[in-house]
Amino acid sequence: MTARIGVVTFPGSLDDRDTQRAIRLAGAEPVALWHKDKDLKQVDAVVLPGGFSYGDYLRAGAISRFSPVMESVVDQAKAGLPVLGICNGFQVLTEAHLLPGAMLGNDHLHFICRDQKLRVENTDTAWTADYTAGQEIHIPLKNMDGRYVADEHTLDMLEAEGRVAFRYVGFNPNGSLRDIAGITNEAGNVVGLMPHPEHAVEPLVGSGRTDGLPFFTSILKKLVAAS
Amino acid sequence: MSLDTVENAAKTPDVELPWAELGLKKDEYERVVEILGRRPTGAELAMYSVMWSEHCSYKSSKIHLRQFGEKAPQSDALLVGIGENAGVVDVGQGYAVTFKVESHNHPSYVEPYQGAATGVGGIVRDIIAMGARPVAVVDPLRFGAADHPDTKRVLPGVVAGIGGYGNCLGLPNIGGEVVFDACYQGNPLVNAGAIGVMRHEDIHLAKASGPGNKVIMYGARTGGDGIGGASILASETFDDAKPSKRPAVQVGDPFQEKLLIECTLEAFAEKLVVGIQDLGAAGISCATSELASNGSGGMRVELDDVPLRDSTLSPEEILMSESQERMCAVVEPEKVARFLEICEKWDVIATVIGEVTDGDRLEIFWHGEKIVDVDPRTVAHEGPTYERPYARPAWQDALQADDANKLPRPSTSDELKQQVLALVSSPNQASKKWITSQYDHFVQGNTVLAQPEDSGMIRIDEESGLGVAIATDGNGRYAKLDPYHGAQLALAEAYRNVATTGAKPLAISDCLNFGSPEDPDVMWQFVEAIRGLADACQILGTPVTGGNVSLYNQTGEAAIHPTPVVAVLGVIDDVARRTPVAFSEEGQLLYLLGDTREEFGGSAWSQVVHDHLGGLPPQVDLERERLLADILISASRDGMVDAAHDLSDGGLIQAVVESAMLGDKGARLIVPDGLDAFTFLFSESAGRAVVAVPRSEELRFTDMCGARGLPATRIGVVDGDAVDVQGEFALSLEELREVHEATIPALLA
Repeated sequence: MTARIGVVTFPGSLDDRDTQRAIRLAGAEPVALWHKDKDLKQVDAVVLPGGFSYGDYLRAGAISRFSPVMESVVDQAKAGLPVLGICNGFQVLTEAHLLPGAMLGNDHLHFICRDQKLRVENTDTAWTADYTAGQEIHIPLKNMDGRYVADEHTLDMLEAEGRVAFRYVGFNPNGSLRDIAGITNEAGNVVGLMPHPEHAVEPLVGSGRTDGLPFFTSILKKLVAAS
Repeated sequence: MSLDTVENAAKTPDVELPWAELGLKKDEYERVVEILGRRPTGAELAMYSVMWSEHCSYKSSKIHLRQFGEKAPQSDALLVGIGENAGVVDVGQGYAVTFKVESHNHPSYVEPYQGAATGVGGIVRDIIAMGARPVAVVDPLRFGAADHPDTKRVLPGVVAGIGGYGNCLGLPNIGGEVVFDACYQGNPLVNAGAIGVMRHEDIHLAKASGPGNKVIMYGARTGGDGIGGASILASETFDDAKPSKRPAVQVGDPFQEKLLIECTLEAFAEKLVVGIQDLGAAGISCATSELASNGSGGMRVELDDVPLRDSTLSPEEILMSESQERMCAVVEPEKVARFLEICEKWDVIATVIGEVTDGDRLEIFWHGEKIVDVDPRTVAHEGPTYERPYARPAWQDALQADDANKLPRPSTSDELKQQVLALVSSPNQASKKWITSQYDHFVQGNTVLAQPEDSGMIRIDEESGLGVAIATDGNGRYAKLDPYHGAQLALAEAYRNVATTGAKPLAISDCLNFGSPEDPDVMWQFVEAIRGLADACQILGTPVTGGNVSLYNQTGEAAIHPTPVVAVLGVIDDVARRTPVAFSEEGQLLYLLGDTREEFGGSAWSQVVHDHLGGLPPQVDLERERLLADILISASRDGMVDAAHDLSDGGLIQAVVESAMLGDKGARLIVPDGLDAFTFLFSESAGRAVVAVPRSEELRFTDMCGARGLPATRIGVVDGDAVDVQGEFALSLEELREVHEATIPALLA
């Protein structure tokens, strides 16, 4: 018995295949989901992958959020379905109001691609249980619009409730407020982050580290335990 | 003006057409009239003018480029050679790889962002058109002086354009070059390369065969951008007196192209496509005439059916438009419905615009009237060819006599140290991280090596670990001193760079960037460079699979340095065996492979320290390059080296500093007997590499080099946190890193 984890392909999704590979390497079964299809194929969890859905036109994630598939994702996420949004997926989650805040253009106005140091701040979410609290990891980051912003009240609330899941360490690559790299919803089933754990799952390719694999093993263990 | 039909043209032979404004010479126009037996219609004139431009017809270069075919080495690897959208190479295990480099120089000077972005778009469509999934891009770039104000306009735009387009397409950018030289002021070189992977049986060709088969245009709507781009932009130099040509540069939409990739590959997978061609330079004129010409010749096109972005476009403009992200497929009638369905799935507009006929004429209709009736071969393949006069420049002897080896050398250890710092912090040798960090090199999850490694490497099979490597190199300074050997040195360096990572070089693509072919000096450089490349390919066993020629890279009388850029593609059986540049373990022994001579002509040292260009470039020994490559590949496969770095511009010290900084491990170097410290550190003798050998492998490695006759000199050890040239100076990694990384951001950020 393994878990089935859906990966949504929007037009312009780029890391959908990589995410499927990461899910496979973690031992789960990846299931391709199509943006025009409301059917989530009874998956146990969903990943919204990175990329430039709809070319990031209008605003990153702003168009994808209206895809038929997102209606189902929003409904089921509210009912507890684990959802991970990576980079563009995180942007879609904020646009869909599954997570608070918004993403603006990087403060230096350039695309940035680097192996980024993060600190894991919350290990109670569906996607982070395999990390230890305070653990420092390196995860590739690559984005144009990665500056996380929210009003002070929201930021204080996120901090107070321990919902800042990841923070940039050493270097804030995009001007995100309070060095926030990733957050979770109140229930801990929905997580969004800008860096790309699917690019850190094999020693030979990508960043050459496997620091991203625990995202996928965390969810697998949780789902298998629950079944 | 009323519609100029074929019928009308036959009746009105005396109507004057603006052939000169469209870039045709008088004799070329007369030749068109002779071919047609009447004056051309406006639409026909548009087609001929754009297809007979230098950019599309290779009229100045064709007779010389033939050498690449005539002198091609025997190679079992070559599946598709020159002439198609891109060449295809067999890399084993049933996989084929297609790759090509092209230029987008002139548009990138006019409008850096869009010029560079559409350069990426164009080369990627060439790759898709072969039937392959694009897996990586590389970008060899050359700009004017790093501190020139216009470089600050051009470079950030070009880099943002490459990133903006390539990142959005999901293609890892794994290599290339960034070179600064005042000779490129006003004529930056923006070359773009792409690699695609497919199975052997999936190779597709640009060919319209089978009467009754439908011609489908799909992708973006046709607009007014880039009209005349091919004939005007690429063929004439920029002259301040002329009006701005800004509107002639196309605007890219990478999102549309990403959809085009996915929907094309899905159509290929279902075997729906007979022939395919991308729309690049010369748009529909090129695609229809080439498809028809490569097939049986007959095609009928209804131009009214082309989806337009601007309904006021004239038929001539539709034929010439270079709107991006468009493709043309030839599909059997019973498969059309399914093809359109796939396009619909991806929200890509697709329209049947014509069909293959059993005749041998390309006929194009507008509002029911025939406006083009030509033999497509005369448009696509039988354009004019020129034997431009060429002669060795009068100044060449004086340039070669101005020997760089006689320049004053550092006289003290401290001076030597200061020159090392000046070298590693000079714009050409400094870290390009500020640029490359704007490119995604992780996407697709198969990147094994990316810049600043010697070559980019991509895994193409997850099970077996099969991978491909690509390196691009060119050195305009060497080529200026001696274009024949300069071109060979570009090839040798790229070949060596592929081998240092452990991959076996298989084939090459080239982008030949030169000044005006109408200048006999430039034409001589061009002819010499091609001869040099073709001869070298024969010896190295690497056929030319295709590429591109960019001429007229000059402003007024001043041409750029002759700049042949060579991309070498290699294959590695298992990417786990690749060799990186970075030193990884203290105590490993550093060996210098090859012979070091006093060779400073065209060197980075002569440029940085003396602002000098003269003398002769390093000697070329292609047999030695082959042997060195064999040794590097064997050593990589058998685990005898843990790091390797090619020695080229900047010489040994540049290579050691880079390997040390990347691995965060220092090195102690000992000047070998028979060499002085200066020559040891700065010479740019070709055919060399530095390798880090684990102590346990030393004997095996030196035995192998000895048995094969490759000089291998022990020059030091990986150790500490400084680069320490014993008896001369030591520079901490911290200090080196600081100066190496500060230069480019200080100039451009």
